[in-house]
Amino acid sequence: MNLTLRVWRQSGPGSDGGLQEYEATDISPDMSFLEMLDVVNERLTEQGQLPIAFDHDCREGICGSCGMMINGIAHGPSRATATCQLHMRSFKDGDTIVIEPWRARAFPVIKDLVVNRGALDRIIAAGGYISAPTGSAQDANAIPVPKQDADSAMDAAACIACGACVAACPNGSASLFTGAKISHLGLLPQGQPERYRRALNMVAQMDLESFGGCTLYGECQEACPKEISIDVISRMNLDFLRAAVTAPEEGRGGGGDG
Amino acid sequence: MTLDLNARIPSGSLAEKWDKHRFEMKLVNPANKRKYTVIVVGSGLAGGAAAATLSELGYNVRCYCYQDSPRRAQSIAAQGGINAAKNYQNDGDSIQRLFYDTIKGGDFRAREANVYRLAQISLNIIDQCVAQGVPFAREYGGLLANRSFGGAQVSRTFYARGQTGQQLLLGAYQALEKEIAKGGVKMFPRSEMLDLIVVNGRARGIVVRDELTGKIEPHLADAVVLATGGYGNVFYLSTNAKGCNATAIWRAHKRGAAFANPCYTQIHPTCIPVAGEHQSKLTLMSESLRNDGRVWVPKRKEDTAKPPGAIPEADRDYYLERKYPSFGNLSPRDIASRAAKEVCDEGRGVGPGGRGVYLDFADAIKRLGEDRIRERYGNLFEMYERITAENPYKVPMRIYPAVHYTMGGLWVDYNLMSTIPGLHVAGEANFSDHGANRLGASALMQGLADGYFVLPNTIGDYLASNKLEPVAANAPEVLGAVSDVEKRTSRLLGVKGKRTVASFHRELGKVMWEYCGMARDAAGLTKALEIIPQLREEFWRDVTVPGEGADLNQTLEHAGRVADFMELGELMCRDALHREESCGGHFRTEHQTPDGEALRHDETFAYVAAWEWAGEGRPQILNKEPLVYENIKLSQRSYK
Repeated sequence: MNLTLRVWRQSGPGSDGGLQEYEATDISPDMSFLEMLDVVNERLTEQGQLPIAFDHDCREGICGSCGMMINGIAHGPSRATATCQLHMRSFKDGDTIVIEPWRARAFPVIKDLVVNRGALDRIIAAGGYISAPTGSAQDANAIPVPKQDADSAMDAAACIACGACVAACPNGSASLFTGAKISHLGLLPQGQPERYRRALNMVAQMDLESFGGCTLYGECQEACPKEISIDVISRMNLDFLRAAVTAPEEGRGGGGDG
Repeated sequence: MTLDLNARIPSGSLAEKWDKHRFEMKLVNPANKRKYTVIVVGSGLAGGAAAATLSELGYNVRCYCYQDSPRRAQSIAAQGGINAAKNYQNDGDSIQRLFYDTIKGGDFRAREANVYRLAQISLNIIDQCVAQGVPFAREYGGLLANRSFGGAQVSRTFYARGQTGQQLLLGAYQALEKEIAKGGVKMFPRSEMLDLIVVNGRARGIVVRDELTGKIEPHLADAVVLATGGYGNVFYLSTNAKGCNATAIWRAHKRGAAFANPCYTQIHPTCIPVAGEHQSKLTLMSESLRNDGRVWVPKRKEDTAKPPGAIPEADRDYYLERKYPSFGNLSPRDIASRAAKEVCDEGRGVGPGGRGVYLDFADAIKRLGEDRIRERYGNLFEMYERITAENPYKVPMRIYPAVHYTMGGLWVDYNLMSTIPGLHVAGEANFSDHGANRLGASALMQGLADGYFVLPNTIGDYLASNKLEPVAANAPEVLGAVSDVEKRTSRLLGVKGKRTVASFHRELGKVMWEYCGMARDAAGLTKALEIIPQLREEFWRDVTVPGEGADLNQTLEHAGRVADFMELGELMCRDALHREESCGGHFRTEHQTPDGEALRHDETFAYVAAWEWAGEGRPQILNKEPLVYENIKLSQRSYK
């Protein structure tokens, strides 16, 4: 198949960017979207032009490295699919495809389709963990966990931190991401001692990182390649509220000195 | 032999060695730990766990990864599970049994003491991960669930759906982020180690290129840990992530670290076959599918182009059931892989390029109904359909073996220290625990054992036992290593030839797969040893790396990795050629039993081949660490 690509090119963090047109000819419908970009890049290289920079690694939808706006949709037209799992048979011969980086204030563009998602790591660092120093654990079966709770925790823990939820949100909110981690850990007995402190600190960090607020558009769950439900946001709000009302002053916003 | 290959295995009975060793090791006073800096390269299960734990102990840690976040390391892609000898199922498991299964699975080419320690520590790993909030699968009573895996007759595999690696890695990553917030770990994402700094014979730092600014700088420390994964991408196509590379261990090898058993490669039998020249990586289909799927190809070459439904039962060859009547479709990984290659070599393979065999669920669907099959394998069928656009409920899957894991790696002693004092190596990057073949669900176990429990102990002993003088930032060894990296980077950018990096990588991969893949022989390996140096010469003469060194340049990163693969590939072939026997993942067609099984030669080859760098343009020197079995009797593996 033959396609026309309109790709966002930006040489560096401070520079102006713009859409550039490329012909992607002789593309096999069996290629993944990233393999199609590989082909285009190899041709650009042979013509002495700079290839399009994009993040990618595992190419099986689990590492969360890849992600781009494809015709204005985070990760493209297929549901529950990361960009690397999207195949060209989802497009038609002759299509024009517009490819842009994630658009969010908290994700500055580094180059072309590559953005800086370090803010997500900092949200985890603010409290997205259970303090269990190596060696301190009791026997793994000492605390039974109801299967339903373990399953719900796993649903939330499936997040790959690709950032599609932020890119899809009209407010650029990271609530789905943050809520997923708060839910994963808060649903397990092991996560209870730090539960409220965790919610306070993670939400505070999220606000610091210039993500927008959540107004329940629900675009995030549509874009999420792991189909994480916005229920996790309700859970986050509930824990945050409870924490804000009951937590002692020193527990807030401090960033975990353990 | 010029290298010191003393494995430093503690004396005493197997069961006592690790305990005794921990008592005998020197400790660093808690107040002094912060005065020591430890560099950890890689943030997967081994690196992430080591960095977090060393920081918890009080060391000053610096951790590096090439990805944009430490959470993206390739450990994340592991599907199946993690083994531990918990014996929660009361089905006869024990530390001794896990130890024996691992040694046997490795075809008697691993060190007894290391493997026994691994089996011991497996218990602590599960405890640790549960405490961190890893959402393992559970039974209705709330206790942990287990499943069975290849090479074992007990149920000892813990799992979190098909995403066990992801969940274990997130546990380590979250512990790491906790330590980053505390200030104990300084994290360097998008940073690639390009050389090792060795001062007075000791590893004292690394040279790092910042991928965003292109800045090449030395980073100094008191000890260095490499936890940078395996080198399966030397084959170009593998189940590894695209960025997986051997550069860190290869640079260390060229600074004096011995490379052990480079030819031991694991080929996984059930992957989605290559669809065309554009293929950029291969996707694994869980081995569990062979519980209900039947593997077959047409009996006659002429039928391979027909749709599978048009081939009557009588014209099908269920070759695994025919050759291995007792194990059938569940024959072990290496045997299933080689059998698939054989029928495809005979021209009976199916699908594009004739490199595929059918994995057919029709009988199971007839017997159990589509719903039961969906319940068992629904997510895998969906993943298959997403990639191939074929519905495996209606037409048989097509599968083919693919490179999955490398058992070889940098040589380490019992303390996980390489032949360069101060340089420790963990996880897939070292060679230590899997011998010539790794059992399923054991990679996660080893990575976490090394990172959480072994290194944090042994590094303390190294630091407490040695007087380490400060290294000046302008020491000649530091400046020399930086200048070497700068020169190499400019050289890559300066060739300005005509061929792309990817085209060289693909060509190298084809050579490796053809001659150093599932089955190897002297003629093929000798041929590869002629082709690879020519290809390497062409690479340095005709490669094109667009752009510059001073900003994000993904082609430049790739070029450096391919240049190293070009050297490593040659060493793999040389190792495969010298090992005149078959064992585990290393199958030499000249050495097989009359019925086609791997034939070991214990009297001549019961050793670790540790290759020593001899300088540019000179072949590496072979050193041998004899494998001494005091507790296990060597036997011919039989799965018939």
